[in-house]
Amino acid sequence: MSEKVLMKGNEALAEAAIRSGCKMFFGYPITPQTELAAYMAKKMPKIDGVFLQAESEVAAINMVYGAASAGKRVMTSSSSPGVSLKQEGISYIAGSDLPCVIVNIVRGGPGLGGIQPAQSDYFQAVKGGGHGDYNLIVLAPSSIQEIVDIVHDAFDIADKYRMPVMIMGDGMLGQMMEPISFPDADEVKIPEKPYATNGTQLKRKKNIVNSLYIEPSELEKMVFERYERYKKVEENEVRVEEYKLDDAEYVIAAYGTIARVAKTAIEKLRADGVKVGLIRPITLWPFPKASFENVAGKVKGILTVEMSMGQMVEDVRLSVNGKCPVDFYGRTGGMIPTPDEICAALLKMKEGK
Amino acid sequence: MEKVFERPKSLSDIPLHYCPGCTHGIIHRLVAQAIDELGIEGKTVGVAPVGCAVFAYNYFECDMIEASHGRAPAVATGVKRALPENVVFTYQGDGDLAAIGTAETVHAASRGENITVIFVNNAIYGMTGGQMAPTTLEGQVTQTSPYGRDLKTQGHPVKVCELLSNTGGAAYLERVSVDSVPNIKKAKAAIKKAFQYQIEGRGFSLVEVLSTCPTNWGLSPEEAVKWLRENMIPFYPLGVYKDKGAENND
Amino acid sequence: MTNEFVIAGFGGQGVLFMGKVLAYTGLVSDKQVSWLPSYGPEMRGGTANCHVIISDDAVASPLIINPTTLFAMNFPSLQKFENNVVSGGTIVIDSTLIDKNEITRDDVKVVAIPAAKWAEELNAVKLANMILLGAYAKESKAVDIDTLLKGLEKSMPKNKPELFELNKKAVMRGYNM
Repeated sequence: MSEKVLMKGNEALAEAAIRSGCKMFFGYPITPQTELAAYMAKKMPKIDGVFLQAESEVAAINMVYGAASAGKRVMTSSSSPGVSLKQEGISYIAGSDLPCVIVNIVRGGPGLGGIQPAQSDYFQAVKGGGHGDYNLIVLAPSSIQEIVDIVHDAFDIADKYRMPVMIMGDGMLGQMMEPISFPDADEVKIPEKPYATNGTQLKRKKNIVNSLYIEPSELEKMVFERYERYKKVEENEVRVEEYKLDDAEYVIAAYGTIARVAKTAIEKLRADGVKVGLIRPITLWPFPKASFENVAGKVKGILTVEMSMGQMVEDVRLSVNGKCPVDFYGRTGGMIPTPDEICAALLKMKEGK
Repeated sequence: MEKVFERPKSLSDIPLHYCPGCTHGIIHRLVAQAIDELGIEGKTVGVAPVGCAVFAYNYFECDMIEASHGRAPAVATGVKRALPENVVFTYQGDGDLAAIGTAETVHAASRGENITVIFVNNAIYGMTGGQMAPTTLEGQVTQTSPYGRDLKTQGHPVKVCELLSNTGGAAYLERVSVDSVPNIKKAKAAIKKAFQYQIEGRGFSLVEVLSTCPTNWGLSPEEAVKWLRENMIPFYPLGVYKDKGAENND
Repeated sequence: MTNEFVIAGFGGQGVLFMGKVLAYTGLVSDKQVSWLPSYGPEMRGGTANCHVIISDDAVASPLIINPTTLFAMNFPSLQKFENNVVSGGTIVIDSTLIDKNEITRDDVKVVAIPAAKWAEELNAVKLANMILLGAYAKESKAVDIDTLLKGLEKSMPKNKPELFELNKKAVMRGYNM
């Protein structure tokens, strides 16, 4: 591990991507992911990489599509309104079975919304976002070191399953600094990409990158095959942090930034004798259903806390399947629930039962 | 026996889906011939559009990518930046390039993106059944300009070569037509030159090819060629709109 | 043990850098730290603030509601954050810009230094922030001066030793108040 340094989440993410063999970045300016693109602009020319500021998010994601078709590790980053614009391209990338990494440093919405931290893009990220049957792998780190560790995996998983991977952060994670160290630079192993459109060199049959299938039966077959792969992702790639669940009578479900606030709340509640634990999904898709199934029969209730009007809570309810009460507490628009608000919401749930 | 005519190697041996009399087939052949003659089929990557040429990925015998509507220049940019040694071209129609993809076109040209764009202008949306295109002429009747294109409410036709001639990064812009044998020969030379410029790393090259759409124009193939000659060429004058090679005199 | 710092002032007063020095001070003494800036339009000329946590344990929420220490570099910042400081906490102000009598709390320790004035005397008007940090190190047991200087060194670009020396001089001016 390298010496510990303080680094902003956005910059740490960019550096980790470069260390993971990402040599191509296409983006368009938007707050609060600015430092990520700025870091890439500074670094990429020095490592013989590509940084290109596109004319729009729409163009940027299509450049990603082109570079991924060419077989390169490639990334784009944006924030909520920009990610909405990228949805068309993301659908095509998913439909063409290409790997790439998309970063969404989420801000308040809808519309132009605000620029403060939010989690109101959960549905867009995990339930499709663009048109058609597809999924993204969605990773939601909650510390800067976790960002660093997860970025490397993001590129590997994207290549392994030939899927776009989204890293969801928010303005707080992007802007804050924490001590981090980068794993020792071992050789980055990028797998062979026989599907790449990089010129036949007259040595193989031509490759076509495409998501158009005029025959319904053919399109259905492609989608079925894709969902077989998704099944493997669900089996192998679920990540979750389970915190103080052993004796927990109540569980808070939270991810990303707000999970940190929830931990402060849990310490306060435990000091008052209320036994509370935390389930923190790190992969939002695939969702850690089993963790919730496991506690559903044992605890008195689950409180989902989000920086939104309640989006992940639907997946929590589906996982729990009625076996215990699920309450929700959220703030939105860039407001962040305080530990005291979370404590109050949990106590209200407790007293209501 | 001596073989005097054959299919270019870079054109796949499968039937094209284009309507009878449509000139896409000729233009496909010209592109394939240029690739053959330059000996670049092994390192060429093509980007197909959304529109009549959507299946172009099946027709060119090189690596191909199908782009979303209008985004081919952005996709080609991604490929070219990833693989600067390869030859990258897009093949796009007027709706794709000059309406939904205007931003991608103008900015790829402005950046001097070292790619080649084959722009097929037939003044109509063909694939979707004959709607008004950005290049539809004044007074031209289409499904969505049933009383003829009215400049006051439906705007003016977009002249792509003229527009792009002001971009700093464009190296070569020429408008050609496939309405006659002499013009087809000129078109062939222009397409080859556009690829040649890319190989030489000169920057963005675009060849606008005036093309027919007998089906949606409601004309016979012969009448369509005549209509192109009498209506399109006067409004879209043929010729070179930019040639950095000639300017630099090298 | 957890120390929670809110540092607030005008953009350009070096509020974020002060926070960075404090965070590195925590880092070099093997503590857990976080640094969270305000961001957005206020960065460009309005008020800026940052939250720094130095703790023996993992930092849960990086957002500070009730700081143990407030550095107020201008009056609006004092007004905004004064009432949030924990009882028994510390408020550090630049008394060139804020009248000490404006502080209404009587349950907190007050460190008032004419930092902007001293900085001017040092011919380094932008280093009032470092003078305040030095003064804080003198008055508080939370940070000792040697560690603070190590933190400062870590916060500076390695190729600019003269910049470090200048900042160090300002820190020491505050420390030897």
